Amino acid sequence: MRFKSLLIAAAFATAGLCGQAFAAQKVRIGTEGAYPPFNQVDSKGNITGFDVDIAKALCAAAKLDCTIVTQDWDGIIPALNARKFDAIAASMSITEARKKAVDFTDPYYTNKLQFVAPKTSTFSPDQLKGKVLGAQRATIAGTWLEQHAKGAQIKLYDTQENAYLDLAAGRLDAILADKFVNYAWLKSDAGKDFEFKGKPVFNNDKIAIAVRKGDTSLREKLNAALKVILADGTYKKINEKYFPFSIY
Amino acid sequence: MSFDSGVIVDTFPKLLTGAVLTVQLVALSGLGGLALAFPIGIARSSRRPWVRALPWCYIFFFRGTPLLVQLFLVYYGLSQFSSIRHSELLWPYLRDPYWCALIAMSMNTAAYIAEILRGALQAVPRGEIEAAIAVGMSKTQILRRILVPRAVRIGLPAYSNEVILMLKGSALASTITLLELTGMARTIIAETYMPVEIFLAAGACYLAISFLMVRTFKLVENILNRHLRHAR
Repeated sequence: MRFKSLLIAAAFATAGLCGQAFAAQKVRIGTEGAYPPFNQVDSKGNITGFDVDIAKALCAAAKLDCTIVTQDWDGIIPALNARKFDAIAASMSITEARKKAVDFTDPYYTNKLQFVAPKTSTFSPDQLKGKVLGAQRATIAGTWLEQHAKGAQIKLYDTQENAYLDLAAGRLDAILADKFVNYAWLKSDAGKDFEFKGKPVFNNDKIAIAVRKGDTSLREKLNAALKVILADGTYKKINEKYFPFSIY
Repeated sequence: MSFDSGVIVDTFPKLLTGAVLTVQLVALSGLGGLALAFPIGIARSSRRPWVRALPWCYIFFFRGTPLLVQLFLVYYGLSQFSSIRHSELLWPYLRDPYWCALIAMSMNTAAYIAEILRGALQAVPRGEIEAAIAVGMSKTQILRRILVPRAVRIGLPAYSNEVILMLKGSALASTITLLELTGMARTIIAETYMPVEIFLAAGACYLAISFLMVRTFKLVENILNRHLRHAR
């Protein structure tokens, strides 16, 4: 019995070694798929967006064999730690709380948090008391509201898209979300009656790829690849595909 | 991954507030569904096809589509119409996710209860109805004195099943921003990243609630069927 399991273990070890020597390392990358323009699923079922393009470019530069999979946002860190995938490329902000659960690469873009409300509304970020405010669950926008919007009613949504639906329906006075996500929505048909209100309430929102704690080898490979795509113009090309200004 | 039981203790009060909302949703939609189900179930078991048709369609729709879809239709669907958004009568209710959940859950469970009631009405022994006719009771008297009381006793076990299914179905209300047990659990997980611990605690809450429900229904059943106890 013991000999048999030893043999099996040896066979696996050999297979593992050979695999590493001959094929590129297989990496699964998790994203949400409901956060346009950063990650979304198009009508044909393809996962697209800025995060996805960056992830693919990083994989090409680091010679990794990557597959992209989707996962609901509020379970994305537990799923990473449960080894459903090896990295998260889903516009995730670096926060102290998340650093306790995962490791981050160097940031690949910088975001801001800014309120959006109807054009006709007199909403101002200085007066949040008594307002009904929406954000996506498990985001820094949600955390910001819970810490700063005292006396306001806070509604948390599974996806950013559902929060926009409710803003359009008039159930919310305003939404707090990433500036560039808001920017894309305001440009869409659904967002034409809405606008940014006030200045961004949070400026230094660094977005990075998350890997499991202690997975230094993957993190270093992605960091090296990020330097490569920043230097050779790949990053700039992807950036220009989505925004007329640099978001790095 | 290590198991942290401390986080369960710390977040349990928050989970309990979620559990209270869950019980409220199930209890109120259970009552609302029951009230709706009686006319639907009775009409559904009518022998006249034109009386039967509308409740048949209602039951067909609500049993044939997922509760989640019905919730989204009520919450996100109705609010797309500006006439509803500007209705002073409807919008104060439809604006509120709590009412939307109650409406969707009540209408959903009403379809199932109506079908349970129809089955129970048809299971009332023919002889008892004939006996009622024989002593000269009118149609409404038979319905009130024989059919409904007998059907309620026959249908009660199936109804308790349906209420427990609604308890589990109520977890879907978390998708329309309600912080009931599941919604609260997901929000806590979003802060702690400890899904195993929190979902276990939430699961234990659901078990406790369903245990209490099963006991209550057993008690009601015993009281209603007390005349049968010695015969068994």
